[in-house]
Amino acid sequence: MSSRTREELQQVTVLFCGDSGDGMQLSGTQLSTTSAVYGNDVSTLPDYPPEIRAPAGSLAGVSAFQVHFAGHKIHTPGDNPDVLVAMNPASLRVNLPRLKPGGVVISDRDMFSERNLAKADYATNPLDDPALGSTYCLHPVPISSLTLKALEAVDLKHTAKRRCKNFFALGLVYWLYARPLEQSLAWISNKFAGHPLVAEANRRALQAGYHYGETSEAFAVQWSVPRAPVEAGSYRMINGNEAMALGLVTAARLAQKALVYSSYPITPASEVLHHLSRWKHLDVRSIQAEDEIAAMGSTIGAAYGGAFAVTGTSGPGVCLKSEAINLAIMLELPLVIFNVQRGGPSTGLPTKTEQADLLQALFGRNGESPIPVLAPDSPADCFAVAIEAFRIAVRHTTPVFILSEGYLANSSEPWRIPSLHDIPTIEVQHPVEARGFQPYSRDASTLARPWLLPGTPGMEYRMGGLEKHPGSGSVSYAPQDHEAMCRLRADKVQRVAAFLPEIEVNGPEQAALLVLGWGGSYGAVATAVQRTQDKGLAVAHVHLRHLNPFPSELGEILSRYDRVLIPELNDGQLALLIRARYLVDTVSFSKLQGQPFTITEIETRIEELLS
Amino acid sequence: MNTVPEDIKLTRKDFVSDQDVRWCPGCGNNAILAQMQKMLPELGVPREKIVMISGIGCSSRFPYYMNTYGVHSIHGRAPTLAMGLKCARPELQVWVITGDGDGLAIGGNHFSHALRRNVDINILLFNNQVYGLTKGQYSPTSPLGAKTQSSPDGSIENPVNTIGVAIGSEASFIARTVDVFQKHMSGVLKRAAEHRGAALVEIAQNCIIFNDGAWAHLSDPDKRLENVLYLEHGKPMRFGKKGEKGIRLNGFTPEVVEVAEVGEDQLLVHDERASEPTLAYFLSRMGPPHFPTPLGVFRAIDKPVYSELLMQQVRTAQAQRPPDLDALFRQGETWVVS
Repeated sequence: MSSRTREELQQVTVLFCGDSGDGMQLSGTQLSTTSAVYGNDVSTLPDYPPEIRAPAGSLAGVSAFQVHFAGHKIHTPGDNPDVLVAMNPASLRVNLPRLKPGGVVISDRDMFSERNLAKADYATNPLDDPALGSTYCLHPVPISSLTLKALEAVDLKHTAKRRCKNFFALGLVYWLYARPLEQSLAWISNKFAGHPLVAEANRRALQAGYHYGETSEAFAVQWSVPRAPVEAGSYRMINGNEAMALGLVTAARLAQKALVYSSYPITPASEVLHHLSRWKHLDVRSIQAEDEIAAMGSTIGAAYGGAFAVTGTSGPGVCLKSEAINLAIMLELPLVIFNVQRGGPSTGLPTKTEQADLLQALFGRNGESPIPVLAPDSPADCFAVAIEAFRIAVRHTTPVFILSEGYLANSSEPWRIPSLHDIPTIEVQHPVEARGFQPYSRDASTLARPWLLPGTPGMEYRMGGLEKHPGSGSVSYAPQDHEAMCRLRADKVQRVAAFLPEIEVNGPEQAALLVLGWGGSYGAVATAVQRTQDKGLAVAHVHLRHLNPFPSELGEILSRYDRVLIPELNDGQLALLIRARYLVDTVSFSKLQGQPFTITEIETRIEELLS
Repeated sequence: MNTVPEDIKLTRKDFVSDQDVRWCPGCGNNAILAQMQKMLPELGVPREKIVMISGIGCSSRFPYYMNTYGVHSIHGRAPTLAMGLKCARPELQVWVITGDGDGLAIGGNHFSHALRRNVDINILLFNNQVYGLTKGQYSPTSPLGAKTQSSPDGSIENPVNTIGVAIGSEASFIARTVDVFQKHMSGVLKRAAEHRGAALVEIAQNCIIFNDGAWAHLSDPDKRLENVLYLEHGKPMRFGKKGEKGIRLNGFTPEVVEVAEVGEDQLLVHDERASEPTLAYFLSRMGPPHFPTPLGVFRAIDKPVYSELLMQQVRTAQAQRPPDLDALFRQGETWVVS
């Protein structure tokens, strides 16, 4: 013990990986919660295969969970990990290339059998490879057998004991970074309250891993990561999908409305349906529709009836919904559609992230079809965006698009739990004065039409997808009526801009370079800009939350910079919009790998442009 | 549902909207519209509580002509809007107006699922065996060989059996009537309105322009009694000018018999409440040339209703758990930074 050194680090990134059934997602979430409760800032990202259970030990079946914790504010799950916990050969092969040079490898030596090596295309055992040992800090630990040994006294079957090895690995990482065990011990007791033997086994495995780190001579250094300065308040970890679900139900409560959520199961949005279907006590009425079109149609029906109606899906689902979205635009009903974007086209990359549905949201329908579009910039931000989407939908009687991302949906960060009293209520009005009413009359400032509800005596009116006479809403094919209605619908959406907060510019008001981002790239862009600013480069950052309409001052802000760099997980869609709208010759930085930007990628691009 | 106070009796006129009806003169839709406007006041449901939702096609212009709430939606999707509306507002009476193309081709999926779920809506399917609004193409109910704009050499598609689809979808109420049978239609529509759950009424409707006479064997007063089997619950199945013919089951096959020869006790007795749809299925297969076409209620059973179950679950959850949003925010592990 005395020979051990203790060193302090400002931040650490750990990647747990193994076979789909190895419990790596659980190890990852435990480390993130423990670190968050300890006082670090935390950001996490799971990476799992689309198959429920790919063949055991195969490269396709590798499941991973990355945890980034730090003694300062962080915005991303970290670029390259400092530590790789690889529970089998396949996971080592898949994830080793991402490990930082000199990084720590902890591997379950017991799983490196000839058969498993073959499944991972290893001719020889990499753990015995001297080259690997000289590049990385290699720790082949017999995790499986040590776990079994630690659980000798527990009366459980062999297979049940083996399942505890993820807690052994976690315990070892806890020792390595001087993490307290209490949070996980309490979690185990609570989770397995009905299975005391399983609880006991997991507790022992966690402690055995920790003690192994303490007693094994192999680990010469124990690191610590100090607490981060964090705003006071109550916190929990939250991912984007749960934040979205909470935001939607909160919006409905703020208006004292029922929430109708209609959706067809699709990765990576289904989790929102799972959450909302459990919250009926808050008057959430969830519908699992027979297809994406039915989900959209029933959302329209519910909005027509006066509920807060929302549907959620991913890109391929939006394709199917688009005709019905246009009906909602024609009927001018307040409702929300969110798209948890994934890699496309077609089925594409169901579990991987992308931002390539921006133009689809803006233009992917027939005719002139304007719709407000918002994008959250972090997992927790999905909560605020969901509420804002409903605020806009109701104020302007329009469907509203939210572009979330697979990355935001699945990754987690600490969320400061809001107080309901701090969130302004959403005012909803349904006219009841029948005399002289017109279904398509307009609010003078927003151009919204009245949200008239069936059931109101004396207002029986008909409407549909056919073009209308402005005001009465009666069917009209008159040339001037069509033009007037097209312009009204467009103008109405443009007027949303008058209600948007002013753009925040992070950095100099005038400089050589502006980095303009949107959506989930916020963390990587903000950190990269901060780092390059710290190096003395003249660069600023603007992140767009409102993609349609753009904030009014955007054009003027863009004109103050020599160049505008637009990093996007698509082939330059925002860049196309900015060029078209503002005649700014943008520099597009496009990535199409199903993975979020790393900080380094953006940092390097900024430096290249300014060198 | 609220009922209209006794002193304010609604009349047919209250359900007529200010829009000019633009169907072709002589179109069967006009007769259906007239019957609906006549029948609805009898229900005692206030006008504002009634919503007509349609898809696309000639039939789907229907809501514009009814002075109720109405939505003329998109092709085939009316049942989905109706379902969403019922989930938001279970107290409204919701009618879906559709046709053979809208309901069985482009909207076949929703048609089937609305019936399966037993959403408390009434679906009126106007079956004229042709696409009218797009000017005369064959539809999913057009017979094999039908010569139309898009099948000049005769349709090579086997038609779908509307009643059979409804049975296969486990519908709890299935009926059929004919556009020009005013009294019969009025009775069937009323039964549909009063049914708890999804009600399907197939209305044999004549398209005077593109498929005139498709239902002549039913509507022609001279042939009617020979070709129609009026279904009455608990009654033996008899038809013909003097009810001289009947339907008997021979093994697993229905057959037409002379009642005088076999005796009435040999005839099948209609049971619309049978828990199994076997009899309804036999009936759904009957029609020309060897059988009369059954009209009336094929099936009317009690089944759990989607929109009611949904609200029951909501009420149960509300009784068991306070509507505490803050508690939801704090689910899972939380910590305090001071």
